[in-house]
Amino acid sequence: MSTTFQPLTKRSQVVSDKKMTLLERIYLPAILKGMSITLKHFLTPRKATVKYPEQERPRSAVYRGHHVLKRDEQGRERCTACGLCAVACPAEAITMVAAERRKGEENLYREEKYAAVYEINMLRCIYCGDCEDACPKEAIFLTDRIVEADYLRKPFVFGKNELVEPMEKSKRIDVSKRQTPEVLKFKEQRQYSHNR
Amino acid sequence: MLATFIFLVIMLLVTLGVAAYETYAERKVAAFMQDRIGPDRAGPFGLLQPIADGVKMFMKEDFIPSTANRKLYFLGPAIAMTTALLTGVVIPWGGTLTFGDATFSLQAADPGIGILYVFAMVSIGVYGIMLGGWASNNKYALYGAIRASSQMISYELAMGMSLVALIMTTGTLSMSGIVDGQLDGLWNVAVQPLGVLLFITCAFAECNRAPFDLPECETELVGGYHTEFSSMKLGFYLFAEYVNMFISSAVISTLYFGGYDIPFLDQKGMDSNLITILGTAALFVKITFFIFLFMWIRWTLPRFRYDQLMNLGWKKLIPLAILNILITGGYMVFNGNVKL
Repeated sequence: MSTTFQPLTKRSQVVSDKKMTLLERIYLPAILKGMSITLKHFLTPRKATVKYPEQERPRSAVYRGHHVLKRDEQGRERCTACGLCAVACPAEAITMVAAERRKGEENLYREEKYAAVYEINMLRCIYCGDCEDACPKEAIFLTDRIVEADYLRKPFVFGKNELVEPMEKSKRIDVSKRQTPEVLKFKEQRQYSHNR
Repeated sequence: MLATFIFLVIMLLVTLGVAAYETYAERKVAAFMQDRIGPDRAGPFGLLQPIADGVKMFMKEDFIPSTANRKLYFLGPAIAMTTALLTGVVIPWGGTLTFGDATFSLQAADPGIGILYVFAMVSIGVYGIMLGGWASNNKYALYGAIRASSQMISYELAMGMSLVALIMTTGTLSMSGIVDGQLDGLWNVAVQPLGVLLFITCAFAECNRAPFDLPECETELVGGYHTEFSSMKLGFYLFAEYVNMFISSAVISTLYFGGYDIPFLDQKGMDSNLITILGTAALFVKITFFIFLFMWIRWTLPRFRYDQLMNLGWKKLIPLAILNILITGGYMVFNGNVKL
């Protein structure tokens, strides 16, 4: 049984091992044709390169980059250190140490338990977004920020300093784009313990 | 004597400088042909890139394999580099400069057998590669070296044959003599169109350049004959390739494209020194074009398979070169240039 595939582009050619004609065996016409193609590319000023540090390629608003730990309306950290993100993480990049909220810290942490230490190893992270899916408190999101390069490994273990968003309202990180209508609809489904 | 010495030093520096900037040009040409920008970080337009590369080469660990034959291991890159640089002395880089009474020729040495000297040096260059590959005591290096030497020996034949036809028409083996013959008349490219094609093809193979870069095809042989070389020894091998490219471009320009001859320029009444300098500039323009041609071909054509390479050399280029000799000879007899 032979299957004919629909060509993806119009550039596909049927190949055969027929005897080459004299003109083909001389190679020169084909070589000159190839050279004219490369010369055309040599002379075109339009280049594909994006000069990265000076110039950035536009990224989608739902790009999965540098994580953020969100605060709620009153500026309290949403994370309750349940560890579901760490369990969900396929790369085992997330670790945390939980602590109990003390009296007088109600303005800092929303829940009675919070993450005293929250670390993501950005070299292990594969930016899949499973932590975001797993989070019952809508505390962790991936954002369209890029994790910058470094010469050492150590700085890639991001702690709360790098992850938690600033307290000031104006400096909060907007993740509304990542909460697409589908996501919001899913979150309304209270039958999943996840969403309660 | 002193003047010749100074000229040699200048020539050495120019050759090395050109070779250094060939590496830059290679990367830029490759990038532009692939719609990229190429090195642009070191200095304006990346012009300091060769210096950065050189510093990098020197800073690398100079590793010597424990099973290597140390003497030959050192000798390999040295021979490759030396022979590459030695070829330049017989090339006429220009006419003569006159300072007061003293005249000074822009050709370091003009032996009557100029072309044969070039061939001799190229042949010794094979030893650099062969010794390097053998001394590394590594099978990939050895394979690369065997490929390189058999390829160079095969193509040297066709190259020599294509030159025989040229020598028949010029009647001299001296490089300056060949240029002189072209100064007033036609360039040899018009007389020997097939010969040019054969010669350039063989020159590509002699320089181990794509599409004949089998000796160092990365995907099959790791690095070819220089697999085990590092630091400046590797640098010497790579650099020798670029020097060879420069010298072959110069040889092609000299033999077939008029050398330092400027076409369509009325030289009457001009200062002779000015003519010489313009001529040298013209030669360098031609050389630049051929260096570009080398790169252009490299970034256009895929590599030959080894049997195709040998087929092309032995079954196509050599018969064509012999045919070229016959045609040239027949034409000369028919025209009455030679009496039988």
